[in-house]
Amino acid sequence: MTIEKGYSTGSRLLHWSMAAIIISMLFLGLSMVQSLATWQPDAVDLHKSFGVVALILVIVRLINRAFSAQVALPTDLPVWQKRIAHLSHIGLYSAMILMPISGWLMQSADGRNVAFFGWFSLPHIIEANIKSYALFREIHGLIAWLFLALILMHVSAALYHALIKQDGVLSSMLYGKK
Amino acid sequence: MIENGKYDQVNKLTQLTQRMVMLRNKLAFRQALLVLTMLIVFGIAAYFAGIVGQNPVTAQAFVDLQEGEFAHTGFRRAHAKGICISGTFESTGALESYSVASVFSQVTTPFLGRFSIAGNNPTAPDLKAPVRSLAFALPSNVDQQWRVAMNTPPVMAVATPEAFFQAHPESKAFNDWKAKYVPTNSFATEHYHSINAFYLVDKKGNRQAVRWEAVPQVAHKNMPVSDAKSPDALQNQLSKLLLDGPVGFSLIFTLANATDDENNPTIPWPSQRKKIIAGTLVINAWEAQETGACAGKNFDPLVLPDGILSTADPILRARSAAYAESFRRRAKETLLNSKAVN
Repeated sequence: MTIEKGYSTGSRLLHWSMAAIIISMLFLGLSMVQSLATWQPDAVDLHKSFGVVALILVIVRLINRAFSAQVALPTDLPVWQKRIAHLSHIGLYSAMILMPISGWLMQSADGRNVAFFGWFSLPHIIEANIKSYALFREIHGLIAWLFLALILMHVSAALYHALIKQDGVLSSMLYGKK
Repeated sequence: MIENGKYDQVNKLTQLTQRMVMLRNKLAFRQALLVLTMLIVFGIAAYFAGIVGQNPVTAQAFVDLQEGEFAHTGFRRAHAKGICISGTFESTGALESYSVASVFSQVTTPFLGRFSIAGNNPTAPDLKAPVRSLAFALPSNVDQQWRVAMNTPPVMAVATPEAFFQAHPESKAFNDWKAKYVPTNSFATEHYHSINAFYLVDKKGNRQAVRWEAVPQVAHKNMPVSDAKSPDALQNQLSKLLLDGPVGFSLIFTLANATDDENNPTIPWPSQRKKIIAGTLVINAWEAQETGACAGKNFDPLVLPDGILSTADPILRARSAAYAESFRRRAKETLLNSKAVN
């Protein structure tokens, strides 16, 4: 169903809150694995807590997406651009799902807890094992880079629609139904 | 005159607004705005990814320094040579009022651990290493762990990670220890120190800064080595010793007072500080490090249960990221190597 002109308040709230969390998480993640600063262990704790938030939000978002109408792309868009738009969204959603899950798996594989702001901890989903750790640690890192590249593409495309084509694609996510 | 002046001003303002609207509608301007915005976005991404402008003293640079020119793949980048141990921690209960960590209240807790020697060479001769280590990990407080990595020096040579990259950064206390330290002939007769300080946290949330040491219980302090020429002299000695029975260490905690700086690991605390015996580490068995239970273990000293908390000590805080980088490298090598062999 692609009848709406703009996204609902709920969809926009999910999009922008997750955008803020994901971009912060990617930047924090990439910095904290390199940093020897005193804030590093606290950053890891925050990263894990917000990872749980991101996992919950992506589940809510998938459910919301399944039950809400999508905004159609402009009709004058070339087929190849529509195809890339479609594929990049599959990529973005896959990354949103795989990032928190690979993070949780790598923590379990090193026998570590994923604590949620010191309130509770997620259960260990796999046995501690150095090879499983290697697998999920590398997947977590690799998807982070792919995710960042997809987001940069996504932002570029949104700004291209807003500034060059001026076709209302960005406003459908900024202002919603009009 | 006045009327005319006002009219001119309004006219000018209208012209300016019109020009701005024209500029906004000009494609070239919008293209420039797009490029500029994307440059800023990419710049921010590059900064956080560590590609531009961040501190050169990274966990990667640190582990590069430890592994040297040729990395020994599959092995720990620091303290590459060691031997797995296992046993139980027998608590005295004396720390129960200071910490809610269950290892201090329950009578026995199983642990796995590792004795090791400093350096990046997994085949280095045992007796030549300047520093020896004892690491262990115990379960605590349902689903949590306490991981400990201790060394023979009582203090750090430096107070910050940056100082490791300087030429001769050793502190006076470290040099004093080094000058009078005589290595023993056994892993079982060394003193091992937490070096960094931690907080014990009680039920009410009160914090007590502590350091701890493992003090050998073996009566015969100067036992001979049977094969001093073997590169594995210490490992062989330990395996022989364990044939006669368990090897024990008292885990003794030193409580800081208000004048001690828990965030500087280069300065020893006065010897008259209150000491509490938390319990005994009873080592029952050993295994080779390649196949033993400690093989896949990252003894990151910042894996702490409720009741034990990290201080702000810059060295302690840097250890987690450095251990993680070393662990990531050898884990990846272990995975790829196992694929190639099978």
